[in-house]
Amino acid sequence: MAVKKECIAMLLAGGQGSRLYTLTKKLAKPAVPFGGKYRIIDFTLSNCTNSGIETVGILTQYQPLKLNTYIGTGQPWDLDRIDGGAFILPPFQRQQGADWYKGTANAIFQNMNFIEGYSPEYVLILSGDHVYKMDYSLMLSFHKQNRADCTIAVLEVPMNEASRFGIMSTDKEFRITDFEEKPSHPKSSLASMGIYIFKWEKLKKYLIEDEKNSDSDNDFGKDIIPSMLKKGERLFAYRFKGYWKDVGTIESLWEANMDLLDSKSGINFDDPNFKIYSKNQGLPPHFVGVDGKVENSIVAEGCEVYGTVENSILFLGVKVESGAFVKDSILMHDTVIKRDAVVCKSILAENVTVGRDSYIGKKLKGEGEASDVTVVGEGNVIEEGTVILAGEILD
Amino acid sequence: MINGLGLIFSNIHEDQLREITNNRTMASVPFGGRYRIVDFVLSNMTNAGINTVGIITKTNYQSLMDHVGSGKEWNLARKNGGLHFLPPYGRTTGNFVYKGKVQALKGVFEFLSKTKERYVVLSDCDIVAGIDLDEVFDFHIKKRADITMMYTVRQITKEEASKSTLLNVDFDERVFKMINRGSDEGYQKVSMNVWIMEKSFLMALIDEASVQGARHIEEEVLAPRLRQLKIYGFRFNGYSAKIDSLANYYARNMDLLDRDVRKKLFEGKRIYTKIKDEVPTYYDRQCKVSNSLVGDGCIIEGTVKDSILFRGVKVEKGAVVENSILMQDSSIGEYAHLHAVILDKNVVIKNNRNLSGHETYPLYVSKGGVI
Repeated sequence: MAVKKECIAMLLAGGQGSRLYTLTKKLAKPAVPFGGKYRIIDFTLSNCTNSGIETVGILTQYQPLKLNTYIGTGQPWDLDRIDGGAFILPPFQRQQGADWYKGTANAIFQNMNFIEGYSPEYVLILSGDHVYKMDYSLMLSFHKQNRADCTIAVLEVPMNEASRFGIMSTDKEFRITDFEEKPSHPKSSLASMGIYIFKWEKLKKYLIEDEKNSDSDNDFGKDIIPSMLKKGERLFAYRFKGYWKDVGTIESLWEANMDLLDSKSGINFDDPNFKIYSKNQGLPPHFVGVDGKVENSIVAEGCEVYGTVENSILFLGVKVESGAFVKDSILMHDTVIKRDAVVCKSILAENVTVGRDSYIGKKLKGEGEASDVTVVGEGNVIEEGTVILAGEILD
Repeated sequence: MINGLGLIFSNIHEDQLREITNNRTMASVPFGGRYRIVDFVLSNMTNAGINTVGIITKTNYQSLMDHVGSGKEWNLARKNGGLHFLPPYGRTTGNFVYKGKVQALKGVFEFLSKTKERYVVLSDCDIVAGIDLDEVFDFHIKKRADITMMYTVRQITKEEASKSTLLNVDFDERVFKMINRGSDEGYQKVSMNVWIMEKSFLMALIDEASVQGARHIEEEVLAPRLRQLKIYGFRFNGYSAKIDSLANYYARNMDLLDRDVRKKLFEGKRIYTKIKDEVPTYYDRQCKVSNSLVGDGCIIEGTVKDSILFRGVKVEKGAVVENSILMQDSSIGEYAHLHAVILDKNVVIKNNRNLSGHETYPLYVSKGGVI
């Protein structure tokens, strides 16, 4: 017997995140590590659990191995349920052949059977690309109050950034009057966060229609939302206030991590009533040696610090040997910085080893403060004494 | 992989650590920045492929149940086997709480007989060690032993001897003498109270002993029969810490500041514990931390030296913490000064307070205390 759920979530986790270059070479963007012990998808999954949403379909496509193993049964997020829970939904074969997910809307279309199994009234569409804390149940109440067909979570962005987002205008009751995907001349600064709640019956109808239209990109922002607007459906904007960041570029990933070190940034995950969950690795507490020095930094379990660490994020199991100096950097899981090496404004992916006396992120003479972030891809072993200049991306 | 089940005595020797076990079992005594002692025992069993574990409890086991829960964090939430709490069994005539291991084991016969495993690993809960039980089991099989007892060789005082079981083994590692609560100081073979034997053998032994009214298994059952029984000693050369006094609790925690000890205890194996989903620790701009072991979820603004901080500890600016153990969620106010102090969970030290014990006699503040 299928169990009816009022609202289920569909999480789009298939994105490549190509602007993260080497960081997403072997893993999907939602699996990119963040904040010392998390992966980006932890935020969305934890939001679901904290909002009482117990059924989450996770749509994967690009490099899913790490993501699949990470999510497992969904237990770390309390999403191992008797009815519902976390489900990985990859593209699959049918009698008439097989398709990759062509667009965000098509991915949901291909999984209509999954959704129907729960006969939900509402479907929450999420993406696993953002760092934020949000109680979706409040958005759902707003959606119900307005008897809306679709509610889009929005936030105010600076006008000069507005053309990167889906931008909408609303009336006084927050009913959406106009929606443009990435407009070159934005009319407002209300940007879509890529979070939608739909009345399922409505969405189903539009998905089926959209699929028939061979000109469509099968995308929520470009196709589904505009056609719903055109037909006069009830679309509302739900205003979100709080920290939200799209960590789709090297620069923004670095910034969002650095925000954790700045109490004024508004990012705060230390809330016992709204915890961010992640898969635990069973590592011992971290250790700071006699000559170790750690300043304005975040250090996760299993780290050993014998050198100096400033303004940095150390993920699980990182080692910084004595004499080494790490500044303004993000060192992902199990990375090792050998004696007397220097790392400045860099992102070192998982399992990188930086040899003795190496210098990662060295600025050229005359360069000011604003140098680019240096990136070293997963598993690289940097030989002793190597210099890698600021802004380089080592695959 | 051992075809065996684990049996853990959770309320062992608590009188020796009265302060910390005042409202918890020995098994749930916090250790090493994020663990409880039972974590080491349970993880050793899980890491050796043991899927069935019984925890024998007696009193004060609320905190232990809270910590262990369904056992899922140790991979012990299983359909076959899994984790079983074995509290004292009710009797129609009044309250019955077991005395001694013979009675304790007799009380769990039902559990023993309904499980399908062939062997039993019995362990006390006052020992912190990373043990490869597979190796001990192989030894047990090779020696065709009735019982294998693990021991360490170390220097002990008269007082420690009075709390321990000392073994004498021959060239073949067979135990030919067992001294309980003796007074022999110096280098000794000290039993770790980790035993392996066949389940049917254990049950027969206990049946006989309880008919005779015996209580203490070593003195009354094993020691008198060393000729008939093939008891072998397995020498454990890794790091092990037996917690039998407050001073010793303090010193063994501090051992973890030594890189080699941490390596022996943690490297290559996982010690599981209850997950709290704390954020990683934040080090403030002005903080100074050296030679310290720090759990997740701490916020450090002051100075921390030669100390162990459990999860969620807050050290405010100007505060100085030296040679101390601060358990979960304790908080240290501005400009407070702590030296050789053990703070139990949720202790609040207000601003400018000055607390000092000595390394040989640390000052202990009980759970929830406000100073």
